[in-house]
Amino acid sequence: MKYVKCHPDKCGYKLVCMATCAKKVQKSDDPALANIVITKKDDGTIDMNVCNQCGQCIDVCPTGALYRNKPGVVRINKDICVGCYTCVGFCPTGSMRTHESRTVPFKCISCGNCVKACPNKALAHEEGEFEPSYFEKGEPGEPGETFPKEYF
Amino acid sequence: MPTAKELQAMKSKHNVLATFSYDKPKVDKGYANQTLYVNIESNEIKSKPVTQDMKDKFIGGRGFDLWLLWHAVNDDTRWDSPENEICIATGPIGGTTQYPGTGKSLVTTISPTTEQVIDSNVGGYFGPLLKFSGWDALEIQGKATEEIIIVIDGEESTVTIETAPEEPVDTHILSEILTDMYAEDEDDRRNVSVVSAGRGAEHALIGCLNFSLWDVRRGGIRVKQAGRGGIGSVFRNKKLKALVVRQPGVSGDSNNPADLNVIQKTGVKMHREICTEDHRQERMRTTGTPHLIEVMNAYDLLPVHNFQYGKHDDTPKITSDVWFKLFTQGIPDGCWYGCSMACAKTVENFELRTGPYKGEIVRVDGPEYETAAGVGSNCGIFDPAAILELNFYCDTYGVDTISWGTTVAFLMECYERGIINKEHTGGLELKFGNREASLELLHQVARGEGFGLIAGQGIRRIKKIFADKFGADINFLNDIGMENKGLEYSQYVSKESLAQQGGYALTNKGPQHDEAWLIFMDMVNNQIPTFEDKAEALHYFPLWRTWFGLNGLCKLPWNDVTPADNPETDEPNKVPEHVDNYVKLFNGVTGMNITREEIILQSKRVYDFQRVFNIRLGKGLRKFDAQPYRAAGPVTKEEYESRAERYDGQLKELVGFDPEGKSTEEKLAALRVYKEDQYEKLMDSVYKRRGWTENAVPKIETLKEIGIDYPEIVEVVKRHL
Repeated sequence: MKYVKCHPDKCGYKLVCMATCAKKVQKSDDPALANIVITKKDDGTIDMNVCNQCGQCIDVCPTGALYRNKPGVVRINKDICVGCYTCVGFCPTGSMRTHESRTVPFKCISCGNCVKACPNKALAHEEGEFEPSYFEKGEPGEPGETFPKEYF
Repeated sequence: MPTAKELQAMKSKHNVLATFSYDKPKVDKGYANQTLYVNIESNEIKSKPVTQDMKDKFIGGRGFDLWLLWHAVNDDTRWDSPENEICIATGPIGGTTQYPGTGKSLVTTISPTTEQVIDSNVGGYFGPLLKFSGWDALEIQGKATEEIIIVIDGEESTVTIETAPEEPVDTHILSEILTDMYAEDEDDRRNVSVVSAGRGAEHALIGCLNFSLWDVRRGGIRVKQAGRGGIGSVFRNKKLKALVVRQPGVSGDSNNPADLNVIQKTGVKMHREICTEDHRQERMRTTGTPHLIEVMNAYDLLPVHNFQYGKHDDTPKITSDVWFKLFTQGIPDGCWYGCSMACAKTVENFELRTGPYKGEIVRVDGPEYETAAGVGSNCGIFDPAAILELNFYCDTYGVDTISWGTTVAFLMECYERGIINKEHTGGLELKFGNREASLELLHQVARGEGFGLIAGQGIRRIKKIFADKFGADINFLNDIGMENKGLEYSQYVSKESLAQQGGYALTNKGPQHDEAWLIFMDMVNNQIPTFEDKAEALHYFPLWRTWFGLNGLCKLPWNDVTPADNPETDEPNKVPEHVDNYVKLFNGVTGMNITREEIILQSKRVYDFQRVFNIRLGKGLRKFDAQPYRAAGPVTKEEYESRAERYDGQLKELVGFDPEGKSTEEKLAALRVYKEDQYEKLMDSVYKRRGWTENAVPKIETLKEIGIDYPEIVEVVKRHL
């Protein structure tokens, strides 16, 4: 599974990645719609935030709209997402994105456009592995498996 | 589960009695702006407009239900009168997907057990899907002559009344059949919700309604219960087998809110709070409400043996660590989209040991705390498997677990004290802890036979039968029969909290914890010591909690998780940050600009209206707020002596009565005089704070002040001034 790895120490804060993502992925000129967010902190250091494809959001989704595709990237099926935003609140890295013009969240699809566009090579497309989430492992147990006999 | 062919055959037996086509309005700022009227006797179906006055004064949900019901019935309407209605509504915020606890349906009717208005709130998808189908509320009037279902299809914009002669009645089968029957395909099942009861509701007066949702993540039906006050019994009395709603396409803006941005932001903030705080606080996401079992036991508040005691040595057998292991973990268990509190816990793959479905492997929705304490500890049953079996059968038979638990606990005490014996029970040994007897009695209710026919009537009627037919002492039964207004108590021991006694009995519908839960504020933390303090709490909290019911909201995300800095706020019991969240949600959906204070005013209108409604039906006055003495203090010697140190101390410190050398009977009597006097004083203080007369009648100036001095309301009040 390929994910976008950030190297804040190399970032020149030109925000090319955000503009590129908004344009190429979201078809918008508004960088607030980018799936990657670069911010300058009070101490002057750079914070780069983008989904690492860990997949924990898959387990909190009530509709099954979040899934991992064959290459291993976590995607949102917008047709069945009801915009509950549980995934946004529960994302361990705060990388599930929202915008007032949208009724569903959005996230990095690991396309690599931002990696190519970054003039400072602060982004890299790297291979990663994650523990499969609960739903990736399979359905709740077979009959009799989940109710311990000792309780009868 | 029937095959597709069998389903088709079943459906082919349906005879469509009436079809109504409608122009589906786009929901605007939380309102569809029309309600649906269905008469199952005349087969009339029509749309009624929602007026601005209805929205201003009654908001939605329970407010709309009550307003519709008020105009449908007369002063003499009884639970089984044809004109009695079942009304179902969510509210303007209902159906919001971004904030936890926003999918509740509110159900009202004239109750068979309280013979006045009952309201019950329930999860599941029905209410929101009803609204998105174009209806803010549904009122069902009349009595059908054959078994029928009502089908509301929001996509087709049609409402039909259909006969349904062949479908089984029990919920766990019926809800799945109808979901499959009315969904276009497998993916469409998530867009269908079914309301049903069960065969128990046909023979009992404590019947409940089950509201379904198709759980995508479990691949099956879940059901939540509108449990209180016998609404399921009214449903079956009308020969209603089920209600079906289908509405595809739920989205984040289905409510067409005035300010989607504020709703999204408030929702994300709340999800984040639950993510970071729940595992440190109540652990609702992993153990649901049963986390309360050990807390209540620790504070001597867990009902044991018909509320005689508040703790038991066997409680560890049913505490949250046990339920944690039994509940399937890791699944988003909300009862509406976006409920990250996810407390609707479930036990999968449970093999039934008794009854008509013996040997079947089923999913059990629950238990909730109320069920585990009610059918469990209160009946002396400290056995998770028995609690689950009782939970499952109560649900599928359409019997309220709270009323069942409290009723069986009462019957068991009557049996142990020799008030009834095997001759009365048909051989059932109804001793505390006898799980087989409780289950068999429940199956008798479903079969409509034996002692089950008495047990299903609820405590108020049972007391009369025992006194009239079995020669029992009615005064003693009134002391130990835990009902008020005809509604069985929910599962908290209120003896040591005067405020909670009021929270239970100075209510509109009867002793249900959803009006006020003040035990910790009062008894544990001593934050409301004076009568004025208690009265203020019994003014504010019932109104605050009423507001959830006006809007289609669940109370739990309000204070079963709190912001990390909540203890440092001015009024931590009110959870100020969450109050602000609700103000934002209401304004964000409706486009209005209310304040925290207006929340209380909105509720006050509906709350006092409900009180007047009860008065109109011949109830609602001070005498109906009387509580069974066991809710206030020890009735029997055993109860007194089990906590002798506590009660002796109270006699000395509070009553000015020296217990030294006195018999238990003398001490019981002295304590009782004191406790009963305290309760009378509480009533006076609370009625005064609420702007009611000493007889619990809302004053005309109060009605004027809150803006519900409609002539028909004032006319009812005038009869009692």
